[in-house]
Amino acid sequence: MSEANTAARNRILAKVRRSLGVAEGDGAREARADQRIAAKPRQPAPARATLAPGDLRTQFIQHLTRGQAHVVEVPDTEGLPEAIAAYLRETNTPARLRMGADPRLSGLPWERAPGLERETGRADPSDEVALSHAVAAASETGTLFLASGPDNPVTLSFLPETHLVVLNAATLAGGYEDALAIVRAALPEGYMPRTLNLISGPSRTSDIGGKTVMGAHGPRHLAVFLVG
Amino acid sequence: MARDATTGSMNPTSTDFKSNARAALSDPQLQHALSGLPGGLVAQRTAAKAALPEFEELRTAGRDVKNHMLAHLDLYLARYEERAIANGAHVHWAETATDACEIIAGICRDANAKLVTKGKSMVSEEIGLNAHLEAAGLKVVETDLGEYLVQIRGEHPSHIIVPALHLTEGQVEDQFRRTHTQLPPDRPLPDPASMVAEARAVMRENYIKADVGITGANFLVAETGSTVIVTNEGNGDLTQSLARVHIVITSIEKVMATLEDVAGVLRLLARSATGQDITNYVTISTGPKRAADPDGPEAYHVVIVDNGRSELLGTEFRDVLRCIRCGACMNHCPVYGAVGGHAYGWVYPGPIGAVLTPAQLGVKAGGHLPNASTFCGACAAVCPVKIPLPDLMRKWRQREFDSGGQGVIATQALGGWSFIARRPRLYHGVMRFAALALSTLGRGTGSFGWLPFAGGWTKHRDLPAPQSRTFQQLWAERQRGIAPDV
Repeated sequence: MSEANTAARNRILAKVRRSLGVAEGDGAREARADQRIAAKPRQPAPARATLAPGDLRTQFIQHLTRGQAHVVEVPDTEGLPEAIAAYLRETNTPARLRMGADPRLSGLPWERAPGLERETGRADPSDEVALSHAVAAASETGTLFLASGPDNPVTLSFLPETHLVVLNAATLAGGYEDALAIVRAALPEGYMPRTLNLISGPSRTSDIGGKTVMGAHGPRHLAVFLVG
Repeated sequence: MARDATTGSMNPTSTDFKSNARAALSDPQLQHALSGLPGGLVAQRTAAKAALPEFEELRTAGRDVKNHMLAHLDLYLARYEERAIANGAHVHWAETATDACEIIAGICRDANAKLVTKGKSMVSEEIGLNAHLEAAGLKVVETDLGEYLVQIRGEHPSHIIVPALHLTEGQVEDQFRRTHTQLPPDRPLPDPASMVAEARAVMRENYIKADVGITGANFLVAETGSTVIVTNEGNGDLTQSLARVHIVITSIEKVMATLEDVAGVLRLLARSATGQDITNYVTISTGPKRAADPDGPEAYHVVIVDNGRSELLGTEFRDVLRCIRCGACMNHCPVYGAVGGHAYGWVYPGPIGAVLTPAQLGVKAGGHLPNASTFCGACAAVCPVKIPLPDLMRKWRQREFDSGGQGVIATQALGGWSFIARRPRLYHGVMRFAALALSTLGRGTGSFGWLPFAGGWTKHRDLPAPQSRTFQQLWAERQRGIAPDV
């Protein structure tokens, strides 16, 4: 950090302390801040975040559907390639998709969907369909949690017109905090991906005349494949 | 309010609120655009609140959480910085608007940037970033559709979450035909869907060519060193993930301790803003792309702006720093609904603007705005973090009055009123006389179409004539059993 930057930082923090009427190095305050970061206390969760598992599932599907996303329920991972191919066929979407290196996706029995072409890597602007795997989801608002990286490059979630996301039903939680707990457990201790993307529907805008239009910049279509 | 023709920077016109408001009231396109608010954002928030029984409890929690963050602001900022740097971020501190602009221009220069894409950021409006970068030879393109619309029209946002709220569909169509001259002039643009599709295609080119992508931040997270943005369009994501360099511009009061704290406030933000349960995208960004990542920016900078906030923290206006920029206060404000955002003459319109503007521009330039309130209290009633906006406006009014900003006539009139009101006998006598006189004069129609010294009122509506006796007289008579119930 440059000297000027350090000086600016110190002046801003000193002004904050002066306005708060506190001194630097107040142990009790420091302990309060550190304790909160360590303990991560939760805000009061709404009842809808703590429903029975079956109701959480129903609510999750309702929220996504209301937000104009599609939900396809698939009994097991083996059925995914056919379910994906069927969705693309029914929505008149090209049977060619882009996906990352996620072994949960590359290991699927793709031979069951012979007409479906697959490419791997980050999204290219010409890609029309992308496939990602979510880490977790929160039922309270129908929200998927996706972690960027080689397994699921972030551009897959935003460049193509159609975004397909696989979610394992075992990782469907009630509230945001519950979904975060699953994400934290799935990642190395203290590691954050470059982006953690919370996605609750396709891209939309209401900036012209207050009328909602899907596909502002990102996907026009979001389809969630809920497995199990 | 237009951008300055030569520099493109924003010239505050808050001192002209009265004439701005008068012009706004007689602008039929603006009035048409504003007429959608009650049935739109206001009704949608009401529905979202009704669907979440715990909403009031969450507002209380939101207030308390933000208060905790402000009370430990220095500590969470220091912890945020430490984690952000550990995760590969460059953290820059800017005491003033100019410092922030120069830091960002410097990062762009070091990156040999020519084209900058930019997601929505009110802090960037506050510091006049676009004008500064353009003066440094950069091309800046706003990527949020509403921000893009006001940019190509040479205007500023009229609302903090719906920047082009003041525009009608017809105005957008006209502007697209004027700006997108590379497209056939006779192409059909019959509806918002066709215009969005056109903007999408134009913007794709920019995302891909951009050297630097700038976004704002709704939150900083001390625990992880992350920045968080909420969008519905996904523009902020394409902006930050396709450019070589991602710059985040934000301000000191945005820091939160943990992702759990962010989660709690997220339940309030979109519901208050647009009536959605959550925005379609919430993106938590931490550092540049990792060695194995196939996409993402090579460098990630965060510019933390103070611009007067650290001083505001020590004043009676501290509560305003809890603001999470949802816009509910302006959606529900009868004054905003009548005149729109541009009349306020500065970056933040509506009730939050009426409190922030005098703090940022001074009482002389911004002290008018707190008078643009009926004190109906709707803003405080809907604020997700319970900022007592009318109380804060009242405090600014007091300061404006103390500094003589009200003008001689108003000051003397209020002085006269104060003299009478503090002398009960005199007060009752004057009131009895005034009530009797006005009721006698207005006996014919029951109201006045014109009155001396009240032309400002009677120009737009009639003044009802009072009953012939004052409230105190009626009350006293009723206590004695003379008058019927009123």
